[in-house]
Amino acid sequence: MSNPEASARSALAELSDDPASRKRFLKQMGGGLAGASALSLFLAACGGSDDESSAGTTTAAGDTGAATTGAAASGGDLEIVNYALTLEYIEADFYAKVIDSGLFSGASLELIKSIGDHEQQHVDALLGTAKSLGEPAAKPETTFPLESADAVLELAATVENLGAAAYLGQAGRIENKEILAAALAIHTVEARHAATLNTLTGKSPTPDGAFAAPASMEDVLPQVMPFIVS
Amino acid sequence: MQSKTIVPELAAVEIHGMDRGSFILKGAFAVGAVYGATAVSPFVRQAFAQAGGDVDIVNFALTLEYLEADFYKKGIALGLSAEVEKLATLLGDHEQEHVETLAGTVESLGGTAATEPKFTFPIQDEASFLELAQILEDTGVSAYNGAAPAIESKEVLGAAGSIVQIEARHAAAIRFVNKVSTTPDAFDEALEMQAVLDAVKPFIAA
Repeated sequence: MSNPEASARSALAELSDDPASRKRFLKQMGGGLAGASALSLFLAACGGSDDESSAGTTTAAGDTGAATTGAAASGGDLEIVNYALTLEYIEADFYAKVIDSGLFSGASLELIKSIGDHEQQHVDALLGTAKSLGEPAAKPETTFPLESADAVLELAATVENLGAAAYLGQAGRIENKEILAAALAIHTVEARHAATLNTLTGKSPTPDGAFAAPASMEDVLPQVMPFIVS
Repeated sequence: MQSKTIVPELAAVEIHGMDRGSFILKGAFAVGAVYGATAVSPFVRQAFAQAGGDVDIVNFALTLEYLEADFYKKGIALGLSAEVEKLATLLGDHEQEHVETLAGTVESLGGTAATEPKFTFPIQDEASFLELAQILEDTGVSAYNGAAPAIESKEVLGAAGSIVQIEARHAAAIRFVNKVSTTPDAFDEALEMQAVLDAVKPFIAA
């Protein structure tokens, strides 16, 4: 299942390939999270959308409980849309910071700008959808290792492949057909980004072969946690 | 002959098959204007749910994959440069795997797999091959994205999603070689089945 290219992998990629380190990470994040509670804590860690998280006095367990209740009350689609929104916030922020870093110029800068613009459009669309369903997830504060252009492109490829897998992982769980249609329209754009960045970094545009592998929330969340400050 | 657009019908469908502006979610359910009102309900209730739903959709996908697989075979037979042949072989192998999986899916749903039509493509050289490859892969993405919301089985939907992601990666890879934007828009378009079938008709030889 793991990709053949094993060159200079980021900590992120290592985490995704190594179940042991993933488990360790999960444990660090909150004592063996699983399933819906992982998302809830994740959303709480992102600042959540409720007032008490900004007070900063509630425990992780408290936030988890509140977020779980909120998601359950509003239905599964809101939870999924907020999950996607959070991933898109992270991606959009990533590209904005990459542009500011001054590491890119010319054609590669144009590509980064174009991808970043797409992610921002995804944020706008998902934010509107989340609002129509209930309480949208708050925008997280992010941090990324922006050391060199090559490392950034590797990280971008990792993030886009993860994003495509994340959307694929939710397709069968979305109840509302309009939201499913929107998610599909975004899913294939993430796939295009991933293939582009894979090609630019010397990898196969289709590392999974003829069938793309989905990733569950449990797989995805620990991989994006390192980018979230608060 | 037609140098710029090999298949004007197909290019036209890509652009006009669905209102791009309305498809992009400006607010909550702009997509609903397309899917909710015109596509999903009539699709699901009349065309599919009644007549074996998922079987028809999978056979539709199977037909497109037959077309793509045959297209890459014929393209490779033209004699391509090493780099393009390598990509065409990879993509063609994927399409063949999609064919086999989808044919198996139809059987497992209790249906009869569509038979492979005879295809003909207006390709004479690498340039015309690459141009049509881009159109076919982009159309494949839009075809799956258009049909998928009408799929009832979670398993079939998962398989369709797994395949459409690959079609999108193919489209980007071909576009990369063609030196055009790999991702022309923030949201990929969706096409209705009939629009896709009309578009590929010119490639089906009798």
